[in-house]
Amino acid sequence: MIYFLYVLAGIASGIFGGLGMGGGTLLIPILTIFFNFDQKLSQGINLLSFLVMALFSLYIHHKNGYVVTKHIFYIIIPGVLFSILGAFLMSLTSSKILKIIFGVFLIILAIIEFVKVFKKDKKKVKAKKKR
Amino acid sequence: MLSKNLEKREHFLSIKEDNLTWKAKMILLFCGAVIGIINGFFGGGGGMICVPILQNVLHLEDKYSHATAIAIIFPISFISAVIYLLSGTLETIPLVTVGSGVVIGGIIGSFLLKWLPPKAIKVIFAIIMLLGGIRLII
Repeated sequence: MIYFLYVLAGIASGIFGGLGMGGGTLLIPILTIFFNFDQKLSQGINLLSFLVMALFSLYIHHKNGYVVTKHIFYIIIPGVLFSILGAFLMSLTSSKILKIIFGVFLIILAIIEFVKVFKKDKKKVKAKKKR
Repeated sequence: MLSKNLEKREHFLSIKEDNLTWKAKMILLFCGAVIGIINGFFGGGGGMICVPILQNVLHLEDKYSHATAIAIIFPISFISAVIYLLSGTLETIPLVTVGSGVVIGGIIGSFLLKWLPPKAIKVIFAIIMLLGGIRLII
């Protein structure tokens, strides 16, 4: 039964991941909060399942012509180098502290998301007024 | 609306490699470093930072920025996944069960990108993140 719930949690966050909306930011807290996984285990599971999932979703997105390859290496190259540093810092941090920092990170992301939605609303209102 | 999007995309595609300004390049490099550290440290979340950068610096439309973000995070996650594996934080059964779910969901989500979720879902998603974040701290 619990395995069924694991799969279900995976599907729910996978949908968001495939949409490029941040499936990991959903999966990691689900695993840690509801299934009591160790924070590092949740993160590792997210990372590895994302890799497999990304293969499929990139294939589909590429077929639909949504993947832009121009200029992205300016992000990828420093990203790869610094991800090594990030993962090493993770291995030095205890799960307890990692959990708290991740919580703060989620709250910041949520606030940014709220601001974005609010801003878009404002733009739309302005555009309507101009018409 | 759709034709406008296509116009923008065509406009973007007509930009030559050299036409990216020096400042834009520096911003992309810096953001790449930030995305790398965060994605390595948290094992995820880099894509969420990547999307607004693609929208604001490279001026990609929503769908393109979401799909391209996955392409960018893939190699970044690959490297940190190796380190996660080496540091031995993984367990087989949860990995296989959750992972298979993520793959199934990911394929569903990829097909849904054509109809990118409405704002209401984004707001619900943000609320879940907020509550989850608070719960993790307590």
